[in-house]
Amino acid sequence: MDALFLQILNGLEKGGAYALIAMGLTLIFGTLGVVNFAHGALFMIGAFVAVTMQRIFNISLEIVDATQKDFLGNPLKVKVPYVIEWFGEGFGGFLIDWSVPLAILLAIPVMMLVGFVMERGLIKHFYKRPHADQILVTFGLAIVLQEIVKYFFGANPIPTPAPSDYRGTIDMAFFGLNLSYPIWRLIYFFFSAAVIAAVFAFLQFTTFGMVVRAGMADRETVGLLGIDIDRRFTLMFGIAAAVAGLAGVMYTPILSPNYHMGMDFLVLSFVVVVVGGMGSLSGAVAAGFLLGILQAFASMNEVKDIIPGIDQIIIYLVAIVILLTRPRGLLGRKGVMED
Amino acid sequence: MLGLSQKDTRFLFIVIALTLLTPFLLNPFPTDSALAQFNAGYPALMQRFAIYGLMAIGFNILFGLTGYLSFGHAAFLGVGSYAAVWMFKLLSMNVLPAIIMATLLAGLFALVIGFISLRRSGIYFSILTLAFAEMSYRLAYSVFTPVTNGESGLQLGLKDPRILDAPLTSASLPVPGLFGLKMNSSWTLDLGPWDFTFNVGYYFCAVVAILGFYLSLRIFRSPFGLMLRAIKSNQNRLNYTGLNSRPYTLAAFVISGMYAGLAGGLLAAMDPLVGAERMQWTASGEVVLMTIVGGVGTLMGPVLGAGFIKYAENIFSKINESILHSWFSWLPDGLEDAVVWIFARFVGEGWHLTLGLMFMVIVIALPGGLVEGGQRIARFLRRKSDDSAATTTPAE
Repeated sequence: MDALFLQILNGLEKGGAYALIAMGLTLIFGTLGVVNFAHGALFMIGAFVAVTMQRIFNISLEIVDATQKDFLGNPLKVKVPYVIEWFGEGFGGFLIDWSVPLAILLAIPVMMLVGFVMERGLIKHFYKRPHADQILVTFGLAIVLQEIVKYFFGANPIPTPAPSDYRGTIDMAFFGLNLSYPIWRLIYFFFSAAVIAAVFAFLQFTTFGMVVRAGMADRETVGLLGIDIDRRFTLMFGIAAAVAGLAGVMYTPILSPNYHMGMDFLVLSFVVVVVGGMGSLSGAVAAGFLLGILQAFASMNEVKDIIPGIDQIIIYLVAIVILLTRPRGLLGRKGVMED
Repeated sequence: MLGLSQKDTRFLFIVIALTLLTPFLLNPFPTDSALAQFNAGYPALMQRFAIYGLMAIGFNILFGLTGYLSFGHAAFLGVGSYAAVWMFKLLSMNVLPAIIMATLLAGLFALVIGFISLRRSGIYFSILTLAFAEMSYRLAYSVFTPVTNGESGLQLGLKDPRILDAPLTSASLPVPGLFGLKMNSSWTLDLGPWDFTFNVGYYFCAVVAILGFYLSLRIFRSPFGLMLRAIKSNQNRLNYTGLNSRPYTLAAFVISGMYAGLAGGLLAAMDPLVGAERMQWTASGEVVLMTIVGGVGTLMGPVLGAGFIKYAENIFSKINESILHSWFSWLPDGLEDAVVWIFARFVGEGWHLTLGLMFMVIVIALPGGLVEGGQRIARFLRRKSDDSAATTTPAE
């Protein structure tokens, strides 16, 4: 029973990442009608924003420390990060320790900007082109972004630890269960749930969101009413990029970022989007968590003993079954992506 | 001739001539000149041109004619490769049974996957094929390790039974061959400063590729090909006329799967070491890219695209900074370093960047791929010559 619950937690954490990326993909597809293969690269850029934040806080100067001596008795030169020099051990140390969560503040404007530039500079010209062209050009863009990141940060994974208080595991006891689980993964789940809730609230409870939803349902009519829907859709692209970026930032303590992490998530996210139903936000979120949990269950040893290799293929197997039995995915709308 | 119109016959003969003369055409620069870097006439690369060209031709029969975008063709390539190596291990080192087995097994595989995937169309079909291919890839790494030898890859061994010709090949690891002709044997022609290499493996691949091209030409011109085009342009209308389009799409899927299997068999015949990574989705994506870069739905496009991508992959990745320095040594020192630094970002390790930029430029500027680019140039030249001859027809 404990093991079962543990796998649910594992699934929620993985599903959170899938759901965030898939939601961004769906936002872009639902508003602009563009299949964005560079979305994995946005996730990766988000992760590297966290790396950059960590590096910025660790920019150091050398000062002579009178209290420490090297073995010859000379005063020792030590490297001290600027933030500690400026703000003192307490607040400066806090900044360095908390660089990953603080990177969120940097990631939102940076990712919005990246999203705007991408949409205005490239994607805008591909609204009317076939999906294959969109896939190809964004795939090319993803490769270019990867290579740029590789040039600046190298090809090796860069460890970016969580704040020291949240590194270990937490012991939980409820309903007669005793579980010990990594804190950060738990935080990741709650974080992704919060971001998802925020996006839904934004779309559901603001006038802006209402217009965007109207535009998703019938773009032409909204345009006829004198609303500049393109401008709002561009902003939605920025938001989708920011969501992918946030997913990347918070994922860095779980998986050390490397330049091709985006591609690994991209294919799975596409499967998630299609299983959830093209153009359906709630479908993408539901499918993300569902597939995450199923994958976690399939990697239990008891399951693997019965069906060997199931942990490797469960997501694809489920995707095939759902696509064959439910033509529009779990919660897909009628008339989207049907020919 | 050969059941083709005069124009197509001429086209076929041009393709045959180009394919057979490849060792000359791809080695235009003398061996010791600075531009020898750009020579692509070495066997391993020429084989790849022919093999991936063949695979792209087959993919084009599905994607170019019916419009069904499969993201799982690498699985058929992998199945073909494994089948070929198993034939080498169990039966004989002759390549013919190996590639026949590779084609048939891949066809069987394609029949099963196609039968299920073709229930859906559009992006759902793409995701279904992708899911099947990823499943095969992952299973090849995990459960099927007895068949595929997992991460270390399937290869020949000295203790293989090899029923037909085991006694002939006992001393060292045998090489795939065709009735005594070894696939890796080459003959080099020295012609002044030029070296031209003629490789048995390449010519074998080339002959198979030409046969594949001929078949695809026949399919393009046949009523069957017309039916596939009808599916692409409007499947609903076709269904309303009372035709069931599924058998046609399934046939196209199986044919293109067999092409991929054949290509996989040839890959294994050239180098009998097969790893599962050639089944990964990126490998499927590569075929899609080749077809689109060359020109979807055209006869020659996929081959051009395959050649273009493989050439870029092999040639750009070889260039390093010292070579760049030797090219730009005529520039002033500071400028030389700057220019070399810029170019170095795009070659060697960074050739992926070139590849990504190339895709973007081609999709943005030339939606019809390289073939459209060629047509535009031809049209431009024709217009120029028309202008000079002043033979413009008067407006009606």
